[in-house]
Amino acid sequence: MSQAQTLSPAGSRGSWADAVERALPKIVVAPSFVACVVFFYGFIIWTAVLSMTPSRLLPRYEFDGIQRYVELFGNDRWWLALQNLAVFGGLFIAACLAMGLLLAILLDQKIRAEGFIRAVFLYPLALSFIVTGTAWKWILDPSIGLQKVVNDLGFTGFAFEWIKDPEMVIYTVVIAGIWQSSGFVMALFLAGLRGIDDSIIKAARIDGASMPTIYRRIILPSLRPVFFSSFMILAHIAIKSFDLVMALTGGGPGFASDLPATFMYTYAFTRNQIGLGAASAIVMLMIVVSIIVPFMYSELRRSRHG
Amino acid sequence: MFKLKLAAIAVATLGMHAAGAAEVEVLHWWTSGGEAKSAAELKKMVEARGNKWKDFAVAGGGGENAMTVLKSRVVSGKAPTAAQVKGPSIQEWGAEGVLANLDSTAKANNWDGLLPGVVANVMKYKGSYVAVPVNVHRVNWMWVNPEVFKKAGAEVPKTWADFPAAAEKLQKAGFIPVAHGGQPWQDFTVFESIVLGVGGAKFYEDSMVKLDPKALSSPTMEKVFDTFRSVRKYIDKDAANRDWNLATAMVINGKAGMQFMGDWAKGEFTAAGKVPGKDYLCLAAPGTEKSFTFNIDSFIVFKQQGADAPKAQSDFAAAVMSPEFQEVFNLNKGSIPVRSGVSMAKFDDCAKTSAKDFADTAKGGGLVPSIAHQMAVPAATTGAIQDVVTSFFNSSQSSKDAVAKLAAAAKTK
Amino acid sequence: MDDKKWGPWRITVYALLIYCVLYYLLPLTVMLFNSIKDLDELKAGNIMAFPSKITFEPWVKAWSGACTGITCEGLSGYFWNSVSFVVPAVLISTIIGAFNGYVLTMWRFKGADAFFMLLMLGCFIPFQAILLPMAQTLGVLGIANSTAGLIFVHVVYGLAFTTLFFRNYYVSIPYEMIAAARIDGAGFMLIFRRIVLPLSGPIIVVTVIWQFTQIWNDFLFGVVFSSGERQPITVALNNLVNTSTGVKEYNVDMAAAVIAALPTLFVYVVAGKYFVRGLTAGAVKG
Repeated sequence: MSQAQTLSPAGSRGSWADAVERALPKIVVAPSFVACVVFFYGFIIWTAVLSMTPSRLLPRYEFDGIQRYVELFGNDRWWLALQNLAVFGGLFIAACLAMGLLLAILLDQKIRAEGFIRAVFLYPLALSFIVTGTAWKWILDPSIGLQKVVNDLGFTGFAFEWIKDPEMVIYTVVIAGIWQSSGFVMALFLAGLRGIDDSIIKAARIDGASMPTIYRRIILPSLRPVFFSSFMILAHIAIKSFDLVMALTGGGPGFASDLPATFMYTYAFTRNQIGLGAASAIVMLMIVVSIIVPFMYSELRRSRHG
Repeated sequence: MFKLKLAAIAVATLGMHAAGAAEVEVLHWWTSGGEAKSAAELKKMVEARGNKWKDFAVAGGGGENAMTVLKSRVVSGKAPTAAQVKGPSIQEWGAEGVLANLDSTAKANNWDGLLPGVVANVMKYKGSYVAVPVNVHRVNWMWVNPEVFKKAGAEVPKTWADFPAAAEKLQKAGFIPVAHGGQPWQDFTVFESIVLGVGGAKFYEDSMVKLDPKALSSPTMEKVFDTFRSVRKYIDKDAANRDWNLATAMVINGKAGMQFMGDWAKGEFTAAGKVPGKDYLCLAAPGTEKSFTFNIDSFIVFKQQGADAPKAQSDFAAAVMSPEFQEVFNLNKGSIPVRSGVSMAKFDDCAKTSAKDFADTAKGGGLVPSIAHQMAVPAATTGAIQDVVTSFFNSSQSSKDAVAKLAAAAKTK
Repeated sequence: MDDKKWGPWRITVYALLIYCVLYYLLPLTVMLFNSIKDLDELKAGNIMAFPSKITFEPWVKAWSGACTGITCEGLSGYFWNSVSFVVPAVLISTIIGAFNGYVLTMWRFKGADAFFMLLMLGCFIPFQAILLPMAQTLGVLGIANSTAGLIFVHVVYGLAFTTLFFRNYYVSIPYEMIAAARIDGAGFMLIFRRIVLPLSGPIIVVTVIWQFTQIWNDFLFGVVFSSGERQPITVALNNLVNTSTGVKEYNVDMAAAVIAALPTLFVYVVAGKYFVRGLTAGAVKG
């Protein structure tokens, strides 16, 4: 590179090579941009179109108005799925954050065998629910699992029958979900904790601040970005939870543990009601957008100005 | 519009298949030991006729995953040669205009003469064969552990009216009267046997096949739900989401007295070394002795590119219907041959009873499609009705409310 | 307070940790125990008990004898099917993510933030909903039901997360370094190669682990977009475990499940340290 070029980085020479060099960043992200527009938003539009057709077995492009949405909101099962998503999503995200933070703080106490313990918390992430579903099903099954083991130990009053109870079954899905995802959140938080400058904490201690105060006033606030990243990832996992429910309960008893994702799949593919399935996907997406967008917007603004 | 597009894609991919032996790609969900063995026989026969078999197995549920894959395949313009699809779904696929025609094969092999009319109709779209049947499962079976009944001093129920007394005795003696797995399709399986047993074959046909509103909201239907509720009293509280074969195991090892399940349950008894008639009994569900709910596996064939495709499809279909395959496959699978003219000599007693009842009911009436196994009405309607049945079973809803919901669900299109 | 003395605080810490370790280990223990039991003991007995008689037959059968379709040759063949598309898919999506992250933090253009937000939001679309349009697209592109098509799908839907990881990591590299290099005349590729890439080790580890796990464990795309004879191991596992009317062998199911999970387990156990280290190095900065 010549001296002249560096002095005029804006490319006053206007040669072809300079133009390419200047456009290079945009050229590099262009394929991703196109992929995003076509395969994310294009397909969302495609789904929206389908949701306004009478499509059944295969897509059929005949306009049918908002009939599918009327059917969808007249469907008890859909309302139950939404309600389950609220319970599951809320508890799952909150519990994973709490559990992840707790585990990270515990692991950060300079304990022995940290490597081993960390691996134990992380390994569930390596397994898909096709793999662990049966094991979880057994553990939660009162006649062979946890309840039986505890009863056999002599605690005959112990009962843990949630997976058989239509009212409680969604909570067992939460338990298995936490098991799988909290380790990842733990890793994020642990990384955050390790990234905090020790000298600040030392200074605070010299000033006489107690450990709880330091956590509350210094450490937790500095973990704010971690909360954000974790929340985004957990929200993704919660909305898309599909294998989890399928492997653990099959949506049952009855359809008591249905989530929107399983609802959508069942109607679109098993029941040959693609139009209805598409409508449910669009409603799901709108719910996500209405929750995530304001949150993301405020975080992005914050990080830019902060 | 869409069909045009499909056709365009089909044309675009035309000629992509290599010349030489025609490839027969078969999408199926037979992956367990016995089923895989029988499918391997089919492969041998198809290859013996100079074709190449390309296996495409996707298990899961009653083929839910396979259906997802199949739809994607057809949309992408790469439909398999044949796919395991059954019941009214055959007509739904037919309506999409993507199926091939098997009429010449059917004529050459006299399918109309070999298949009962009810069955042949399921295989046709607008009067033409588009599918080939593989086997017949009987769904209205009751599997009984006679030892348990003896110990409890109970009689095996012959009608649903007898059922509560027998179940009560079993329960008093410390047994679980009915082994059940609380999954929607299993709830539905029990339900349809009750519809058949309480209302009879005509009522079953009116309500579950023709979806006649009068039958659906009749007092008989209310009685069906009442009976269904009484069965609920006699299953154990851990039944929810249990696999059917674990429920069968409860009958096998004497924890439970009976199970209502199709004839695939026999495989579990056989695997445990049990002998029919001695260690276990296979009887028609109460009050359904003169009827037969069928669940028939079949293959639909797709329009293909390439001049050699029709011959390969015809070879495949002919092989499926051949007496040799029907015998070996059904011996492995626990079902019975769908066509007449297959020797039953090697089959066990349960299968012999089943085959006899199949032939009798085909002639004398009482041969009805199983709604729980997607043989009676389109998938959307089946699903909506299943939702009603399973949520009744898992709640304390009244029979009256359930009847009203049922009638509403039957209108789902 | 947090010194290495055995006060009540440290006892509480260890007690809580041990309790959690047991909870996290439970499913794996159940799987391992039952994969070395014979079927009779498994059906009769306590699923959490150690087997009274250890047998490795289920493992042998799962690897080389269980039926997954018309053939009964176990999972062995499918293992390589999975490797053949997972490796390229992970590499390609990681490379693209790195470049995206690099541009979004150091070569910001108008609308960069909007693009990032679009990317993060768009991938909330349920994957079940994109199966059909994607199948049609792949058909038009001529890569339907091929390994290339499967890789393509995984790359596209892995983009959002790989970009997120690299962007959040590169945000923490002081911009002054880049600015100085630009004033010295270094171009886009040179800065990436000489300055950014050498700093990227930790986040590459994190992204590769994440993508490897996601893609290896994926069932939905694998079953729909692979070709029938080159199905990934998760599909084979599903075929082995989810039979509808066949006789079930739970011990073989369990062994097969562990076998299918071995590569990802290995990655986490061996590389777990680097995973946390990589995250520490800056990936968590919002």
